[in-house]
Amino acid sequence: MIAIIDYGVGNLFSLESSLKSLGLHSAVTRDADVIAKADRIILPGVGAFADAMEKLEATGLVPVIREEVQSKPLLGICLGMQLLFDKSYEYGEHKGLGLIPGTVCPLADDLKDLSLKVPHIGWNRLDLVPGREDDPLFRYTKPGEYVYYVHSYYAKNCAANTLATSEYSIPVTGAVRSGNVYGTQFHPEKSGDTGLRMLKAFAEL
Amino acid sequence: MITKRIIPCLDVKDGRVVKGVNFAGLQDRADPVEMARCYNAAGADELVFYDITASVEGRGIFTDILRRVASEIFIPLTVGGGIRTLEDFDRVLKCGADKVSVNSGAIQNPNIIPAAAQRYGNQCVVLSADIKRVDGRFMLFARGGRENTGIDALDWLESGVKNGAGELVVNSIDTDGVKNGFDLELLDAVAKRCAVPIIASGGAGKPEDFKELFLSHPNIDAGLAASIFHTKQVDIHDLKVYLRENGIEMRL
Repeated sequence: MIAIIDYGVGNLFSLESSLKSLGLHSAVTRDADVIAKADRIILPGVGAFADAMEKLEATGLVPVIREEVQSKPLLGICLGMQLLFDKSYEYGEHKGLGLIPGTVCPLADDLKDLSLKVPHIGWNRLDLVPGREDDPLFRYTKPGEYVYYVHSYYAKNCAANTLATSEYSIPVTGAVRSGNVYGTQFHPEKSGDTGLRMLKAFAEL
Repeated sequence: MITKRIIPCLDVKDGRVVKGVNFAGLQDRADPVEMARCYNAAGADELVFYDITASVEGRGIFTDILRRVASEIFIPLTVGGGIRTLEDFDRVLKCGADKVSVNSGAIQNPNIIPAAAQRYGNQCVVLSADIKRVDGRFMLFARGGRENTGIDALDWLESGVKNGAGELVVNSIDTDGVKNGFDLELLDAVAKRCAVPIIASGGAGKPEDFKELFLSHPNIDAGLAASIFHTKQVDIHDLKVYLRENGIEMRL
């Protein structure tokens, strides 16, 4: 069973439906016991970093997450991925979970092509980092597939843990991993068949 | 880089897709769920559903269809038609929509744009406008293109973006249904003043129209059409292959 952490941010309809379509059992929960019994954890999230972090802390689940990732895979999606890092500079400076070294910064400050629009919204090609193509998350991913992004901030200073990027005048961090902890900036649950295959691979880790 | 997007649009009334429906190869040619499946398989980058029912019952059927589509098709879904209040936003987002498109609702109550952007984020708010030339000016039309609002369309879109619209659907009444190409003059004028993604609508009749749109107007992000896709006059997969062969980045 996959525990989808419910901390009051975002709409989980597509995520739940996508797992269901793969025949995977999931539960949207903020119950520590359910999370402890699950064999996978997904940390979703949309919205602003500070607000999401505050809500996550308010559930009391932060220590539970830290404990559980010692023994089982976790996947952070979009803002859920950004929360995995040390800190974010979205409207100030805010501490994250610190499960993966790196910082979350405004995309607009770093883009080399100033005509590019922010948010970075749409389908972008996922470039697997050389040497990381064999990561089990990409078991069913072929080179040159496209994934769906919606975001204005991105993770940087995390090269050692980056599995894949997408080009947007700079390489934008697309997927990361540190041990059991995975994150995708894109939305696998909105990335068509490509995304579903990645969720399937996550469930089989 | 971000791909250009090809977006089929489904007008739904009382649970059926209407307008230009003659969908080849399907048993039930007007079932929105069946059509959505087919477009997903063909590689559509996003689907737009317009609810054109007026009744409460029709609205209920529409949200049920939306929920069914969203529970089996995992690409971005945009929903429009009859969106007037934050409750309308909430209703369709809970059924699996990713973006909500406002048109007449924003003309009646422009505050819906900033209110929705604040609650759901700019990326969720799509401003759709029906535009027609009147005495050499681009004017905003209401009531499905029947009524000149007297508002300058370019001013309207620019202020919509300032107020929080994260994407624009620019529908040219002048080229709509003519099938002789998108309204490039209008799209250029909008792109000069608005720095958010722009979806071109109205006028596509053949693959070359999309090629011209994307190659000569790099500021335009997506092309939307209805009947040419429904009738298979243009096949989405073939169109995307053709565009990629012409150097346009496409998800295949």
